[in-house]
Amino acid sequence: MSDTIIKFDQVVKRFGALTVLDHLDFNVQRGEKVTIIGPSGSGKSTVLRILMTLESISEGVVSVDGEPLWHEQKDGKLVKASEAHLRKMRVQLGMVFQQFNLFPHMSVLRNITEGPVKVLGLSKQDARERAEELLEMVGLANQAQKYPHQLSGGQQQRVGIARALAMRPKVMLFDEPTSALDPELVGEVLNVIAALAEEHDLTMLLVTHEMRFAREVSDRVCFFDKGKIKEQGTPEELFTDPKEERTREFLKAVLDG
Amino acid sequence: MLFGFEWDTSNDLVFAVSILPILLRGMIVTIEATFLGFFVALILGLIFAALKAAPLKIISWPAGLVTEFIRDTPLLIQLFFLYYVLPEYGLVFPAFLTGALALGLQYSAYTAEVYRAGIEAIAKGQHEAARALNFTSLRTFTHVVLPQAVPRIVPAMGNYLVSIMKDVPVLSVVTVLEMLNVAQIVGDRTFNYLVPLSMVGGLYMIMTLVASSGVRWLDQTLPKRGLSLK
Repeated sequence: MSDTIIKFDQVVKRFGALTVLDHLDFNVQRGEKVTIIGPSGSGKSTVLRILMTLESISEGVVSVDGEPLWHEQKDGKLVKASEAHLRKMRVQLGMVFQQFNLFPHMSVLRNITEGPVKVLGLSKQDARERAEELLEMVGLANQAQKYPHQLSGGQQQRVGIARALAMRPKVMLFDEPTSALDPELVGEVLNVIAALAEEHDLTMLLVTHEMRFAREVSDRVCFFDKGKIKEQGTPEELFTDPKEERTREFLKAVLDG
Repeated sequence: MLFGFEWDTSNDLVFAVSILPILLRGMIVTIEATFLGFFVALILGLIFAALKAAPLKIISWPAGLVTEFIRDTPLLIQLFFLYYVLPEYGLVFPAFLTGALALGLQYSAYTAEVYRAGIEAIAKGQHEAARALNFTSLRTFTHVVLPQAVPRIVPAMGNYLVSIMKDVPVLSVVTVLEMLNVAQIVGDRTFNYLVPLSMVGGLYMIMTLVASSGVRWLDQTLPKRGLSLK
């Protein structure tokens, strides 16, 4: 695992006067499962949103599989990425949202097949087969014809996961995937994510408050504070023997809370 | 001939029955003008809304100016402009078509605002999901935003349909034989204005009630979560 798929190089993100990411350096290896934890406002979701091209960056360079995401080469210089470049880069990433963001006017099946058919150019039949496999995988094999509002939050989020996977991304981004769920529905979603984590090739970036889960599935845990990685390491290192005072405070607060 | 015979005005009821057929013919013109005008307003309004939402100021600003101008000037002026000024530049349309276009143009400024509100009401997450799936902006608009916006804008659009219907009599000034114009001609010929004008009022009420209940039915029938795509 020495093959870097995601690289943040001195990345700064500002919203007006507020600096959300402060000269962040952050690398993820191919196939690595990385969990990002930290207090709200620490910039952890922003990392995912920048990768999904939902937020631009103010300074620095972000690379995905060796190629700049927010820049492109033009006459030997790095210039701001065009929409065409972003479209080309975006196919490598998939995202699961806190609020699911399923399309309410489309059936479960259509939610999953729309992208593969209209963006990737798959035939309807192929897209349908792919969707059915994925629904099977997330435990919703019989729900293809339902509409999102007919499903529970946990089921909706599992459709969200299937929808993102249907695009066959190299990197899956999970932005607090269980934060909007009732406590009894969290487990079913975490189980699906844990099963995905078994897949060797898939790179996963997960922002979560589920510390126990982070400990189980991640190769590495990063503690974000004030737009930087304050501390990182294996789950063992970070959870049992945090070096930084700030990390200890945070872990104490969330684990007691 | 529409007005080719004398009416017996000695008995109001007989008079009413005898002028009903031509009033109904006027009503059909009113309905045609309403729907053509509404259709134009729906299409033009959508175009204006899209232009006003454009990220480039060089597109959105003129579009905003044009709709503001349309909204701030009376329908009658726009109608006269289309009817008397355009022919000077070789653009001659029949009175009916000119009238329906003027109605559509006037109301497109209002329907554009309805579209805008409906579009802005779509949650940000929907746009983000579409972007994450790499949809083009156009596909996001036609397949994600619009199907969800349509059910929300039906009641407001329905109100404008009724308003357009009630503005059709303005077209009488450019000789369109809509219902009120017919009634006025009957009145001029017979010196009995009471009966034809009352009948126009009654027929208008029926049309408005039918149109409103149609809109209400549509509002209740369309799925609130958006038009499902087949």
